[in-house]
Amino acid sequence: MQQIMKKHVCDLTVAEAVWLHERCILLKLTRDEVLPPMKAGQFAEVRIDDTPGVLLRRPISIHRVVREKNELWLLVQTVGRGTQRLAMLQNGDVLNVMLPLGNGFTLPESPCRTLLVGGGVGVAPLLQLGVELRALGMRPTFLLGARTANDVLQMREFGQVGEVCVTTEDGSMGESGFVTQHSLLKRKDTFDRIYCCGPKPMMMAVARYAHEHEVWCEVSLENRMACGLGACLCCVEKTKEGHRCVCTDGPVFNICDLTWPI
Amino acid sequence: MADLSVRIGNLLLKNPVMTASGTFGYGVEYADFIDLSRLGGIIVKGTTMAPREGNPYPRMAETPMGMLNAVGIQNKGARYFAEKIYPTIKDIDTNMIVNVSGSDIDSYVAAAGVIDELDRIPAIELNISCPNVRQGGMAFGVSAKAAAEVVEAVRKAYRKTLIVKLSPNVTDIVSIAKAVEDAGADSVSLINTLLGMAVNAETRKPILSTVTGGMSGPAVKPVALRMVWQVAQAVKIPVVGLGGIMTATDAVEFLLAGATAVEIGTANFVDPTVSVKVVDGIADYLQRHDMKSVNEIIGGLET
Ligand SMILES: Cc1cc2nc3c(=O)[nH]c(=O)nc-3n(C[C@H](O)[C@H](O)[C@H](O)COP(=O)(O)OP(=O)(O)OC[C@H]3O[C@@H](n4cnc5c(N)ncnc54)[C@H](O)[C@@H]3O)c2cc1C
Ligand SMILES: Cc1cc2nc3c(=O)[nH]c(=O)nc-3n(C[C@H](O)[C@H](O)[C@H](O)COP(=O)(O)O)c2cc1C
Ligand code: FES
Repeated sequence: MQQIMKKHVCDLTVAEAVWLHERCILLKLTRDEVLPPMKAGQFAEVRIDDTPGVLLRRPISIHRVVREKNELWLLVQTVGRGTQRLAMLQNGDVLNVMLPLGNGFTLPESPCRTLLVGGGVGVAPLLQLGVELRALGMRPTFLLGARTANDVLQMREFGQVGEVCVTTEDGSMGESGFVTQHSLLKRKDTFDRIYCCGPKPMMMAVARYAHEHEVWCEVSLENRMACGLGACLCCVEKTKEGHRCVCTDGPVFNICDLTWPI
Repeated sequence: MADLSVRIGNLLLKNPVMTASGTFGYGVEYADFIDLSRLGGIIVKGTTMAPREGNPYPRMAETPMGMLNAVGIQNKGARYFAEKIYPTIKDIDTNMIVNVSGSDIDSYVAAAGVIDELDRIPAIELNISCPNVRQGGMAFGVSAKAAAEVVEAVRKAYRKTLIVKLSPNVTDIVSIAKAVEDAGADSVSLINTLLGMAVNAETRKPILSTVTGGMSGPAVKPVALRMVWQVAQAVKIPVVGLGGIMTATDAVEFLLAGATAVEIGTANFVDPTVSVKVVDGIADYLQRHDMKSVNEIIGGLET
């Protein structure tokens, strides 16, 4: 059973906004009061203010919670008006968030070999996951996929938590190709658990690999949402038990529960 | 403080603010954010006799100042509601109202009958915007005759307050409201979503799996307000107004246009606490205008 955490809607202040590349920004948010409990794989629904044409909140993963500094980090890639507005935030600006939402990743009961695969901005939830695995005495391996070296996000942060392997589509960093082509996955001796977040085709490829090699695997989905609370039923994914809400029953699903053609 | 209570048939609401079906789950989804007992009522998810899987994903598209949905009344059926969900919500201290749907008259009547047995559900809201499978998928709510037939049949099977929710996708909503009133409805609520569509130009595909969907949110407010005003002038039963309400001022506009109560839908997605803010805002408005009761503004539009 997932532990249910109380949800909050609150204002956070931007302590720092760092451009990681021309389409990705790291927001470090804080407030005077201690941040509520939250965990890896959960997300926030962020209100987008003063943006014509944008009404609904935008779901953004919890990238990292730094308790010592009372900071919540979000990693945002600009794809449309909402995320572009988020990228305009500056130090001292206020952001209204609803959190923590969703189930989060399932942490192992006992230490095992974990592989955390991320593509593009899908690497976001994997940093906090890595930190939580680390706290349980594991040293996770990250496999990060990007188009070019410029798009590889938070290398240093990931490097502090575990081993980092990279693939880029143009070969400008790490091995060239897609994550599923990395030599790491060709080794006989593989991993006990794979956690994955990224573009759907990438997650499908990773799920297929995990399925073929009979490795336990969880993926984090990014279905379009309206309420984020399990109230509207807009975000559903077809699972073996019928339609389930990605915002409350997910965003993290075990690939065994999905109906993906793998 | 001014008296906020209003009456819809035999139903007493502590204030005129309810939450709209399909946007507020069973209420409990919002319990971390607000004190549910502060609401006049909660209209829970659309419920049908037989369980429904709903439409395939994608079911939602954001549009300028609004959204489209094509959920397709996904629900586990009236019996499941009565056995599994009702016990968990029956003690919420507000009017818990069930939104009832069907695909033919029998299924409406059967679902209403199941809900009728539940002591703590004082009313149903009958959603007649659903496609009528026997009449080639045309919604019951688009013809005065079909609307009257289904309401008459449900009226016989259902003893408590019967609110009928009207579709705006019609040429003459007044004639449908009157037909529904004559058929025995205690109240009408309007509007349900406006039929709309969204296209992704890059992929040349519709955004919704069903191509078309129901539009809601601030963009529909002027249409909703107009329809509420027209209907309130034409019927004697109380009107519940909704469509695009985001603030207390929006709610007051509906009350002035003749609504006895209002429902808040899409706004809950933007601010999960909006419903209680609207309650407080209506109280402030009455105080500012030196009024003792919310009834003083209902239908108070000066034309
Ligand atoms: C649980 C969850 C966690 C997420 N975490 C992050 C994160 O940490 N960082 C981050 O940058 N993004 C994250 N996303 C994605 C992010 O929510 C979307 O990129 C954002 O909502 C887009 O808003 P926009 O207004 O910028 O773009 P819009 O103007 O809404 O859309 C821009 C383009 O992207 C497409 N699009 C938008 N959303 C989706 C979607 N869900 N599925 C398919 N296509 C879509 C639209 O069709 C359009 O072409 C997450 C999504 C979910 C569901
Ligand atoms: C996601 C979603 C689901 C809905 N489901 C139902 C439903 O099951 N039954 C119903 O009568 N109306 C349903 N509606 C319509 C709303 O109750 C309301 O009539 C409409 O959204 C207009 O109000 P609003 O602009 O305040 O949202 C739904 C609306 C949305 C956005
Ligand atoms: S977004 Fe509303 S149920 Fe998931």
